Amino acid sequence: MALDKATVARIATLARIKVPEADREALGHELNNILHWVEQLDEVDTADVPPMASVVHLTQPLREDVVTDGARADDVLKNAPGAAHGFFTVPKVIE
Amino acid sequence: MAELTDLTLAAARAGLEAREFSAVELTKAHIAAMDQARALNAFITETPDLALARAAESDARLAKGEGGVLEGLPIAIKDLFCTKGVLTTAGSHILDGFKPPYESTVTANLWAAGAVGLGKLNLDEFAMGSANITSYYGPVINPWTPHAGAAKGPLVPGGSSGGSAAAVAARIALAATGTDTGGSIRQPASFCGIVGIKPTYGRVSRWGVVAFASSLDQAGPMTRTVEDAAIMLGVMAGHDPKDSTSAPMPVPDFRAALTGDIRGLKIGIPREYRVDNMPAEIDRLWQQGIEWLRAAGAEPVEISLPMTKYALPVYYIIAPAEASANLARYDGVRFGLRVPGASLDEMYENTRAAGFGAEVKRRVLIGTYVLSAGYYDAYYLKAQRIRTLIARDFEAAFQKVDAILTPTAPSAAFAIGEKMDDPLAMYLNDVFTVPVNLAGLPGLSVPAGLSADGLPLGLQVIGRAFDEATVLRVGGVLETAAAFTATPARRG
Amino acid sequence: MANPADRLIEGRTGAWEIVIGLEVHAQVISNAKLFSGAAADFGAEPNEQVSPVDAGFPGMLPVLNGKCVEQAVKTGLGLNAQINLTSVFDRKNYFYADLPQGYQISQFTQPIVGKGEIRIDLADGSSRMIGITRLHLEQDAGKSMHDQHPTLSYIDLNRSGVALMEIVSEPDMRTAEEAGAYLKKLRSILRYLGTCDGNMEEGSMRCDCNVSVRKPGDALGTRCEIKNVNSIRFVMQAIEYEARRQIEIIEDGGTIKQETRLFDSGRGETRTMRSKEEAHDYRYFPDPDLLPLVLDPAWVETIRATMPELPDAKKSRFVTDYKLTPYDADVLVAEQSVAAFYESVAKGRDAKLAANWVTSDLFGVLNKRGLGIDQSPVSAAQLGEMLDLIADNTISSKIAKDVFAEMVETGEAAGAIVEAKGLRQVTDSGAIESAIAAVIAANQDKVAEYRSGKDKLFGFFVGQVMKATQGKANPALLNSLLREKLAG
Repeated sequence: MALDKATVARIATLARIKVPEADREALGHELNNILHWVEQLDEVDTADVPPMASVVHLTQPLREDVVTDGARADDVLKNAPGAAHGFFTVPKVIE
Repeated sequence: MAELTDLTLAAARAGLEAREFSAVELTKAHIAAMDQARALNAFITETPDLALARAAESDARLAKGEGGVLEGLPIAIKDLFCTKGVLTTAGSHILDGFKPPYESTVTANLWAAGAVGLGKLNLDEFAMGSANITSYYGPVINPWTPHAGAAKGPLVPGGSSGGSAAAVAARIALAATGTDTGGSIRQPASFCGIVGIKPTYGRVSRWGVVAFASSLDQAGPMTRTVEDAAIMLGVMAGHDPKDSTSAPMPVPDFRAALTGDIRGLKIGIPREYRVDNMPAEIDRLWQQGIEWLRAAGAEPVEISLPMTKYALPVYYIIAPAEASANLARYDGVRFGLRVPGASLDEMYENTRAAGFGAEVKRRVLIGTYVLSAGYYDAYYLKAQRIRTLIARDFEAAFQKVDAILTPTAPSAAFAIGEKMDDPLAMYLNDVFTVPVNLAGLPGLSVPAGLSADGLPLGLQVIGRAFDEATVLRVGGVLETAAAFTATPARRG
Repeated sequence: MANPADRLIEGRTGAWEIVIGLEVHAQVISNAKLFSGAAADFGAEPNEQVSPVDAGFPGMLPVLNGKCVEQAVKTGLGLNAQINLTSVFDRKNYFYADLPQGYQISQFTQPIVGKGEIRIDLADGSSRMIGITRLHLEQDAGKSMHDQHPTLSYIDLNRSGVALMEIVSEPDMRTAEEAGAYLKKLRSILRYLGTCDGNMEEGSMRCDCNVSVRKPGDALGTRCEIKNVNSIRFVMQAIEYEARRQIEIIEDGGTIKQETRLFDSGRGETRTMRSKEEAHDYRYFPDPDLLPLVLDPAWVETIRATMPELPDAKKSRFVTDYKLTPYDADVLVAEQSVAAFYESVAKGRDAKLAANWVTSDLFGVLNKRGLGIDQSPVSAAQLGEMLDLIADNTISSKIAKDVFAEMVETGEAAGAIVEAKGLRQVTDSGAIESAIAAVIAANQDKVAEYRSGKDKLFGFFVGQVMKATQGKANPALLNSLLREKLAG
């Protein structure tokens, strides 16, 4: 699986991490090495082997439908880089 | 004063109980040690005032004849645990200024038991690394130095819990918390000559621990003795209804499990762990470990874990995949660093490019790729199927044996700057530890000997799920036999 | 010529078939959110109903609300669907300001509910079955406001993490009317079950419409998705506009570009949604913070046992037991509380009469005043009492109208009003005969004209006698006595 510059750019966009044009090739190489190394897994016959759902051999516990949280807007907002009038603020999105 | 920092948790607790010294004295000694050893860069945030305040509270309780299991004992916390009102960074620029409005379950347990917090310890960024060289706050230096002549510059303490290991080894803190996703407690414990245990997945709550790889992360104690690890694990562990993956299992008395009696136990020796290019001295130490256990009445049994060599590549698909989603929340909107952008997407891209270090970016990109359309089956699903096979290997082995003995790491601590060219070289540090996380089993590292250069080497004990008691008992026997009394040159 | 019965519409080049599938997002009625303990209510101050879990803070973990699971299972049973005893939560990964975790916890490969179906009823009296593909549970996102500030968008996370049921229909609908009927029936079922309040204006039920067109017999055309339409009327308008748009493009020689669109209700048009132009790669994978959800079949059966009678079953029963027309039954079962009101009135009485009074007179008042049945100024018991007064001839139907109007104004009981206003019907033949005699005596000329053949004058005499008795003469008795007397 060769990662070319265009693929690196596409993955970087999916991950919302800016990778400058100049860095894409080198990064592609690094990622390629890792991906090439993990490809040895193809050697293993996994027919009829289920993917591990969880290493915990239990099923999902349920919680009671009771309000136990919230009413703490200050806590929720106090670390925000941008906030106003009780809202988080971000650069305006045009839909 | 110096002797106070040489105590174990157990001895210090007994000393406080017997009023040989006060909690405030004990804490002051450690604050002084923190001052002296600052060059190790073990701490990101020091909280001496908070520590002294808590120590005073402990003294008041002790005076009344009250006091929890860890009352008045100065410990430090890996900066991956959210501590209420105290800067929590995960070793990353992207969490600049973040003061959580909540306390992790593990640290809440420790404070409830009376522990005194000295501060937040340095780590590889987002727990991704095996050398503590990826932290935004700079590398941690291993307090151990090799024999003169072998000097290559300062050594790494291992990672990702490098600050934790260095602090405990250098006698800055009596104990520390760590987390282990692929070996991040055990490997630095081995590199720094201390004890570290990764409990069974689900034994310790993950609530409030900054997530790296959700199906692999586990918090655990890093201490100077096996007994201390047992004490601390007893406080950290327990079912937490706020964590869906937390096991509803009662916590046994781990300290009581340290009987020293392992007669009749079968100890598995996995042949696949004898890897190519294994340093002779590590192999010798492993053999020595087998002999110690045999002398104590256990029976070594050769076992096979055929999937061992695939564990690292499996890990390096699953962990980055989970991490890529777990780190999506670091986006500059609600906390931490925000780098402006003309649009929302630009803000995301700028913030995450500036906020994440190179290793984190690499793993997030790999993770994004292996989950992406067209590759999910070939990479992620394939890795999860092989993970099932790895777990089955251990299940089969534990039909025949009660514990497994292996080396912890394929080398002693190396120099900062070594293994930098190729991420893969760094990944190989975890070859012995990673399979244990994939199978969700408990794993302990005990310091067992020194390398030719005078650097610590550890042995790993792996057990059945939720059988930390046996793992600790076997570890205790190794500890007694090894009589590892060496201490690092650089310390507080 | 397209025959309406074929459910086709006419284009320039012939008849076209519209293929419609609907995805409904229904907010689950519960106290707390799907994976956190924050409240799920509507209308709080910004960010007041947000837990650090909902805000995607470091180290936070989801725990599943059992009530939401119960609501989903109940809904699945109401849709005659298969309940999947094992289901899995997956992460759906994408970035947006109202999605704090950078992923939505949803269900992709193994949803909690599988295939089902519901029956829809159309205006011409016909009905058809529409398939349900699946229902799954997922988190709702927060709310972004882009119009509060020139350069900033404002984010409120109150809604982030509220439980949604996503209900996906098979692409079985062919007309906007069918889509409307589907949504009405679905909403009715959800309200009956108490699993969603179906309030589209408040956003607790939202609809994404998938629309494509084809010549009958052809393969499926490329579809466009119209997102977040928030009323049934708009859904129907959007479908009609979109179908026409697509037909025009194809007839002009173009091809349909698969895309996501918005419905502009002001213009009555659909338009491309800018932010969704790029195809998303959601990279679904099972959420490692959660374990597989496994349901005990016995528990599912206890839920089945608590299900109320649903609209279709109730309608059938009303037709059979109360002998109502399907149309009337439909109107009465549309809301569970209306049906209950009606039954309370109809029990032991003339069911048809009760139906008329409820659907025409009572509804007339409620509609005019913008009231729901729960705020009716006349209670079921009171209406029933009034019907009893008609049945035992205390008042005529005509007088009943006046009594009813008075009941609405004053909230008084029918009996009290009849007594107070002396509206008792006159059924004493002697009294009516006297009144008739007086009218005949005073209108001899008209009597002569009537007897000579002017039949329509009968109405005049009826009116006069009614006037003389202040409208209280029993109409039937009046008629028969008057005929007798006029005949001579």
